[in-house]
Amino acid sequence: MSPTNNTSFGALALELRDVRKSFGKTEIIRGTSLSVRAGERVAIIGPNGAGKSTLFNLISGRMPATSGSILLNGQNIQGKKPFEINRLGLSRSFQITNIFPKLSVFENLRCSVLYSLGYGYTFLKFLVDLDDANARAQELMELIGLDKKRDVVALNLTYAEQRALEVGITIAGGANVILLDEPTAGMSKSETTRFIALIKQVTEGKTLLTVEHDMGVVFGLADRIAVLVYGEVIAFDTPDAVRASARVQEAYLGSSVADAQVGASEQGH
Amino acid sequence: MNRWNARIGSLRLWAVFAALMLLAPKVFNSGLSVTMLSQMGVAIVACLSYNMLLGQGGMLSFGHAVYTGLGAFVSIHALNMYSGSGVLPVSLVPVVGGLAGMAFAALFGYVTTRKSGTTFAMITLGMAELVFAMSLMVPEFFGGEGGVSGNRMAGPATWGITFGPANQVYYLIAVYTLVCVVLMYAFTQTPLGRLLNAVRDNPERVEFIGYNPQRVRYTAFIIAGFFAGISGGLGALNFEIVNAEVVGAARSGGYLLFTFLGGATFFFGPIIGAVLMVLAFVLLSEFTQAWLLYLGLVFMVMVMVAPGGIASLIMLNVRVSRYGKLRALLPAYGLMAAAAVAPLLAATALVEMVYHRQLNASMGTQVAFFGMGLDTGSAGCWLAIGAVLVVGGWTFTLAQRRFAVHWDLAQEAIERETQRAGGAL
Amino acid sequence: MEFFIISTLNGISYGLLLFMLSSGLTLIFSMMGVLNFAHASFYMLGAYVGYSVAQVLGFWPALVVAPLVVGALGAAFERYCLRRVHKFGHVPELLITFGLTYVVLELVQLIWGRIAIEFKPPAALQGPAFTLINDAVAGLRMVWGAAPGEMCAGADPALRAVCSPFPATRAFMVLVALTMLASIWLLLTRTRVGLVIQAALTHPEAVESLGHNVPRVLMLVFGAGAALAGLAGVIGGSTFLTEPSMAATVGSIIFVVVVVGGMGSLSGAFLASLLIGTIQTFAVAFDYSLSGLLQSLGLAAGAGTLMTMKLSQVAPILPYLFLVLILIFRPKGLLGSREG
Repeated sequence: MSPTNNTSFGALALELRDVRKSFGKTEIIRGTSLSVRAGERVAIIGPNGAGKSTLFNLISGRMPATSGSILLNGQNIQGKKPFEINRLGLSRSFQITNIFPKLSVFENLRCSVLYSLGYGYTFLKFLVDLDDANARAQELMELIGLDKKRDVVALNLTYAEQRALEVGITIAGGANVILLDEPTAGMSKSETTRFIALIKQVTEGKTLLTVEHDMGVVFGLADRIAVLVYGEVIAFDTPDAVRASARVQEAYLGSSVADAQVGASEQGH
Repeated sequence: MNRWNARIGSLRLWAVFAALMLLAPKVFNSGLSVTMLSQMGVAIVACLSYNMLLGQGGMLSFGHAVYTGLGAFVSIHALNMYSGSGVLPVSLVPVVGGLAGMAFAALFGYVTTRKSGTTFAMITLGMAELVFAMSLMVPEFFGGEGGVSGNRMAGPATWGITFGPANQVYYLIAVYTLVCVVLMYAFTQTPLGRLLNAVRDNPERVEFIGYNPQRVRYTAFIIAGFFAGISGGLGALNFEIVNAEVVGAARSGGYLLFTFLGGATFFFGPIIGAVLMVLAFVLLSEFTQAWLLYLGLVFMVMVMVAPGGIASLIMLNVRVSRYGKLRALLPAYGLMAAAAVAPLLAATALVEMVYHRQLNASMGTQVAFFGMGLDTGSAGCWLAIGAVLVVGGWTFTLAQRRFAVHWDLAQEAIERETQRAGGAL
Repeated sequence: MEFFIISTLNGISYGLLLFMLSSGLTLIFSMMGVLNFAHASFYMLGAYVGYSVAQVLGFWPALVVAPLVVGALGAAFERYCLRRVHKFGHVPELLITFGLTYVVLELVQLIWGRIAIEFKPPAALQGPAFTLINDAVAGLRMVWGAAPGEMCAGADPALRAVCSPFPATRAFMVLVALTMLASIWLLLTRTRVGLVIQAALTHPEAVESLGHNVPRVLMLVFGAGAALAGLAGVIGGSTFLTEPSMAATVGSIIFVVVVVGGMGSLSGAFLASLLIGTIQTFAVAFDYSLSGLLQSLGLAAGAGTLMTMKLSQVAPILPYLFLVLILIFRPKGLLGSREG
């Protein structure tokens, strides 16, 4: 899998400059800097407790950074509320499925498209009359493969279906910077493969930042990989370069990389 | 599918509802009945507006009476000040109440809806106490001990309607009730209505689809305040007097209790709750002094057994019957119902007897119970009823277990069918 | 001067009573996530049960027996009712405690009647703990117990002595509250159970996943909270009034206290209790009104009830005003850290 030529990516979609986050006296994120270009797919990997979810929470505005700046499409989003950040074009999914459990699949998706279609907090129109919202929700449903479960209440879906719905909700608003937090967590091998194909399809042309543990997924999906260890990015490069990096191997990948290298050399790579 | 169904609901159903309201005073035509029907209309609007917060928005408020009550006060002042001269037609007084309710909701709600969940509940409690305590301090507005009275026959009578007779007031209330119910249903079919549900289910997720959950809650709070104020205005016209208890904790508690009892998870649940509320306050309190105890106990049992209220029980059975399984359950249902009679009667008899001994001992030892006389002085009587309670309770448990077995079987069968059909409903 | 001292002490004692109640409420809320709406009902039960036990066994045994009885009732409620509702979420949990208030109120009125009962403190606690005497000659001094009559009545009008007694019941309230506070503090910081509870105060899910959330512990915590409320009831009922409305009056105030202090914060509850206790006590004693203030500023006096209302009449709503102010300017509460 060869990464796309770096120069084909556009301006910086997301930029982190020396971001730090402390909880009391413990510093979780220690001066992380990251530049993600528009249209790029970046995977963040790292051992448990490295701060990957915290980083997502900082970017999406769920918690404030202690210092440093975060820029979305060149605009500083530090201190903005999550819904303000979302309106500026960033959307995220969650590690623990975060959908609207008592609404149906269709309603889940329809709610997610309302703001981007300009409907605001209105109570003077009827949902059934919003043709564009209904059409878009239908489109999304078919895209994520849940159109047969249109009226099923979300909490009655299977786990994989709920994860798919979550992705649907995440991309529904048309955000161009997508954050996916461990999208394939808890899925079987076959489910994962199908799910990654779905993610690739729905994030076509968008900037994607994803936290992942599954190395197969990471090396197949990402244009660049950022390795986060103890709140610091120790490597940010193409998959091959990361795989070959001694520092990364030492800090994180360990034997799994050694095996991969052996496997690669056996194939005459 | 007819689009109007998805906008304001089934027109057929509303027609039936309207017909029922039209015919009710003809069937129940005593003076007491007509007043009760009027009160039911008022209560329906109040409880539905309350459920906009509780059931649709997940906002547990202990102070909804503030908005119905303030709406009532403003209405009666408006009636006194502007209806005599004909500036404000009596029939529009409730709208004034609605606007007042909306204004107060906008004012208080700004602070109240900043938080959600348990904190929100406590804040509404505090604000309710604040308003009630202030009601004693501003007699110019709240009328002091005696409250504020008004005359709904004020102003010119259009088409001969003076609103003097109870019937005329009833029909005015009925029209308002129908319109408000339809409007509140329509609200649930709008973007804000659906977003309110989303905020109830997952406020954090709502932020990540571009909406501010606080603003959703605040806007809904104001709309609920509008309908609450209309209810207050209707009540003011009905009783022609408003005093401080309309903003009191007891009334707020009543809205909560009965909306929950009726069922907060379905739109029509609060309607059932409102009807029960009027029946309890007006009728039940006449039959027994223990009615508040019964209310508390029934409520507690409901929370433990059926937190979705009576509406959810109805809908569960509707679902079962839609799959054709209800007929098979009827024998088990019947047995359980029959077995419940004896222990329930025995328990209420015991309660009535205890109450009689404690509160009415001076009136002798006999207490009337469904036409029978129970002797609270006779130990034999106590033992006999106690025995009925124990035996009856045991029989009921057996019948209930048998029913549960049949019910679970029916549910499993339904599960299998839905799996086959692909998971929809 | 003595007025200020006595009022401060009164305010502190009332505040400590509020803290006795709000601490139990906070503990239950932090450990179980359920706001016990019936907490004030346990307070009321403590007063009434204490009264009945005191009739038979005397006040001092009642001080021990009544809280135990109330605690047992609380534990039973948790075991048979609250536990069943746990799976439905926090709102139904709150609602079932809400329903309990109706039931408890009715039962209390059924058993003990609808009018206030005279729950007299024991002989040892009747009368003042100490008296402050301020006279023109000797200045401010303190006498243990009651001051002799002639000192206060003043045979010599030139002496102009003012005697301000501080009731022994209030002093006892302070003593019990502080003992309770100290015990809780020791329990939380020195014992293992206490450590678990402390952890649960800030990270309930983590504690749960460590396997500490055994139903039995919950039942004991709820029972303990109820017992504390019952203890407060015995003391409060014998110091103030024992009547059916006592639950409602103090109930809403302690909810204000926990919100103002910050949901889930014991120290916040402590601070808020003292603050609200002292403010209310002082307010009741003052006779200033808005129009009086205007007059003293040289402006025309206002008319109407709102303007001429004295501070003492406004005292009941001060806690709620405080609540609103806190919510506007510091929504997390004084010392709140967790979003409730």
